[in-house]
Amino acid sequence: MTTKAFQRIYTKLEGITKATVSLRAQSVVTDELATVAGRLAQVVKINGDLITLQVFSGTEGIATNAEVVFFGEPPTLNVSDDLAGRFFNAYGLPIDGGPEVEGEAREIGGPSVNPFRRKQPSQLIATGIAGIDLNNTLVSGQKIPFFADPDQPYNQVMADVALRAKVDKIILGGMGLSNDDYLYFKQVFENAGALGHIISFVNTTEQPPVERLLVPDMALTAAEYFAVDKNEKVLVLLTDMTLYADALSIVSNRMDQIPSKDSMPGSLYSDLAKLYEKAVQLPDGGSITIIAVTTLSGGDITHAIPDNTGYITEGQLFLRTDSDTGKVIVDPFRSLSRLKQLVIGKATRSDHPQVMNAAVRLYADAANAKTKLENGFDLSDYDRRTLEFAKDYSENILSIDINIDINEMLDRTWKLFAKYFTKPETAIKQEFINQYWPN
Amino acid sequence: MIKTTGKVTGIIANLITVQINGPVAQNEICYINLEGVKLMAEVIKVVGDKAYVQVFESSRGLSVGCDVEFEQCMLEATLGPGILSRNYDGLQHNLETMEGVFLQRGEYTAPLDTKQKFRFTPIAKLDDTVQAADWLGEVPEGWLMHKIMVPFTFEGSYTVKWLAAAGDYTIEEKIAVLTDDNGKEYPVSMVQKWPVKKAITAYKEKPRPNRVMETGVRVIDTFNPIAEGGTGFIPGPFGCGKTVLQHAISKQADAEIIIMAACGERANEVVEIFTEFPRLVDPRTGRKLMERTTIICNTSNMPVAAREASVYTAMTIAEYYRAMGFKVLLLADSTSRWAQALREMSNRLEELPGADAFPMDLSAIISNFYARAGFVYLNNGKTGSVTFIGTVSPAGGNLKEPVTESTKKAARCFYALVQNRADSKRYPAVDPIESYSKYLEYPEIIAYLDERIVPGWVNKVKEAKNIILRGKEAYEQINILGDDGVPMDYHVRYWKSELIDFVLLQQDAFDKTDCSTPLNRQQYMLDKLLGICHYNPLFDNFEQCATFYKDIINVCRQMNYSEFESPDFKNHETTLENLIKN
Repeated sequence: MTTKAFQRIYTKLEGITKATVSLRAQSVVTDELATVAGRLAQVVKINGDLITLQVFSGTEGIATNAEVVFFGEPPTLNVSDDLAGRFFNAYGLPIDGGPEVEGEAREIGGPSVNPFRRKQPSQLIATGIAGIDLNNTLVSGQKIPFFADPDQPYNQVMADVALRAKVDKIILGGMGLSNDDYLYFKQVFENAGALGHIISFVNTTEQPPVERLLVPDMALTAAEYFAVDKNEKVLVLLTDMTLYADALSIVSNRMDQIPSKDSMPGSLYSDLAKLYEKAVQLPDGGSITIIAVTTLSGGDITHAIPDNTGYITEGQLFLRTDSDTGKVIVDPFRSLSRLKQLVIGKATRSDHPQVMNAAVRLYADAANAKTKLENGFDLSDYDRRTLEFAKDYSENILSIDINIDINEMLDRTWKLFAKYFTKPETAIKQEFINQYWPN
Repeated sequence: MIKTTGKVTGIIANLITVQINGPVAQNEICYINLEGVKLMAEVIKVVGDKAYVQVFESSRGLSVGCDVEFEQCMLEATLGPGILSRNYDGLQHNLETMEGVFLQRGEYTAPLDTKQKFRFTPIAKLDDTVQAADWLGEVPEGWLMHKIMVPFTFEGSYTVKWLAAAGDYTIEEKIAVLTDDNGKEYPVSMVQKWPVKKAITAYKEKPRPNRVMETGVRVIDTFNPIAEGGTGFIPGPFGCGKTVLQHAISKQADAEIIIMAACGERANEVVEIFTEFPRLVDPRTGRKLMERTTIICNTSNMPVAAREASVYTAMTIAEYYRAMGFKVLLLADSTSRWAQALREMSNRLEELPGADAFPMDLSAIISNFYARAGFVYLNNGKTGSVTFIGTVSPAGGNLKEPVTESTKKAARCFYALVQNRADSKRYPAVDPIESYSKYLEYPEIIAYLDERIVPGWVNKVKEAKNIILRGKEAYEQINILGDDGVPMDYHVRYWKSELIDFVLLQQDAFDKTDCSTPLNRQQYMLDKLLGICHYNPLFDNFEQCATFYKDIINVCRQMNYSEFESPDFKNHETTLENLIKN
């Protein structure tokens, strides 16, 4: 960020907190950027000529005579096709040693799409993971998070999903990524030879937390460029949204705002919605699909962050380790894709909805049988068969390390039905039994 | 009168401080001029010569010194023919006529088409004495007759001095001239304005509701009916089917007009309504659902202040149609987002917070809003009603939070959606024990149901409820003591409650027959089920008991899926009778 001639420069701060500084200045506009002693900052409050700036990288070592330079415009990202294949920091500056991207400077965090102009999402996104494709099918234009405890391999699953999905661009927004995970993403993308259609905006744990607040807006502005201007199918990965929300709470705390549930700012719902609602199926064919990660603490979905997220997103994918097989699976009970009914049995084979429901119901029967077993009650023959089925189902179909297409998932499930159950026990419509029951 | 003006002196997010040079009113609307783009805002607090206004848009780019002009009116809805089938944002701007894919700041489209002509037929006569909300004439709007009324803002009585002849007029043309006692003349057109935060009370009387509004949803109509002009709310954690239930009600309810307020909800869900409603047919009229529907859409990413306004805009439109003598159903999804908008503003105003940081007067605001619903007698003796059902999204599904608790005090029907029913796919996941309808206690409603359905209906409903309750108690005992550890009677009680649950309470919203059940069919099935419950066969063991009832449940569900009194239905019924006989 170089200083230009018309910029206004001040050198007297009136107040400093850990995340903000305040000073007296003229003709400042809301949301405009500034630098404070060379660090990037944004105007968050104006009271007459008293201006409060949020300093993204923190205020450690800033002196009351620090130089403050106002830019007169909100944060922007230079957008062009040259974004593809590049790695950027939270400010949209390259961190891969390459040159700065030339292109139109576009404000980040722009306006919403008119709901009346949206199209209903209808294109299936296949991931090869049965817990998703079979039970919780994704649709372009959808927004859905992984709910996972910190020990789950959510970043690996997300990288797999991204590389298998048939999309034109993948945009990674990494917030508070550990350096190891950042390098993991980089390596996986490189090895797949997919770098050419991937764009990354990364804030690692080594960098100041407040910087994270810019990452999703940067990623989504790039996404809008490709989806709206170029009519491309764009997949945006946001990890980890819990750390993003934590950064929000830090800023609101420093601004002396009254905290709401779980110390989160009262505007958490609107703040998250503004990001997630960028997911859209556009009338001209472009689309933005958002897959995010919300880490949980001990599986607690009543915490303000997963709770508010659940009311915004179109479902959630719950990762857990299946204790019987030791495999990580997408939990068939707690996961949900609200848009799946737009594609299952329509874009996929017509037996899909029935097979999906029957398998989940039988899996639920297995869970009941397990409880019975644990409570010391006797198991019936049916109970024993459901337990066997559940093990097979989770090991050979649900496990996230299996990569097969949807027809194969359906065929495998039919085989398991035939192996463990009678036809009436599956309660599937007769026409599908006639067509698909293995002999 | 000269308009008050001012200059911006402070900005925090969408709360703007304005230095004013004249009088301003609480809730007065003003426009902030940002380089030629005018941003709409509302006064929410005044201190000395400073007005605090919340802007209904992103405040990005505003600076100290921007000009502000005050409009001398509160936020108003524009009321006139042409509202139905429209898709509005929270401030009643027409979303269809906005240009471009993105919403542009300061792009305020007109709510009504001023060029379209409507065929006007006078109702009032010359020299009639009229008052606010009296019908002067009518115009067809779709298949409804839209009444042109004396504006609600007119106080006292007036004389009709001139009326337009029958013919085609635009909404802005003069269709009547009224004179007051002093002979002063007031021209009236088809369009009028009304401040959304004030209730429209131009009716004669608001009695207790005395009729039931049919929804076709059995768990509502049979178990906890909602009255026409009544209020209800649906709380539930995410993923429990709130939206599916609300959509079912909106499609099937016995109302002439549906207003849907999508308040801070997912845009893709609103798109579903936009896509489906124009295709779906209203079973009662054979018309497209969209013809009787107006959507007020303020999705979660649209500005928070406009979200707060959206439910009021929707209610005002509902009251407007009630004044024409229509049965209006207003659905708001979700009122929690509205309450959160109130919380965000209260937080910005640095008010001392109440429970969970909501404003102290949350409870009063909610009650006040619910109180605007109701069944009324109009000045001409005809009736109209606004029935209101809101959804609540309690944090973490915990019903002990301020929005749910405040709403519980205000609404008369409570439809609690619960996680464990949703998990076991028992939809609609309305808890049969926790949920209630206060209307079942109203003598007027009991009398109505006696006449409409069958004498003693409410007692039958109570009996069914009791079976469910006793079944739940038995189930808990079975779980503690084991299948063999309880007397056979417990199994019978449990299975009787499962019978009512599976056949009556559960309903497939996606099946074309089962999705909507008319009252006579609900009566038929309840009688059938109670008949089965009165029958007490003897069983040798609990497995025999389970099989007996499971078979009955299966056949009854097949009946639910078959058209009422069709050959299929009758066949299943015969199978059922054979099952019971053996």
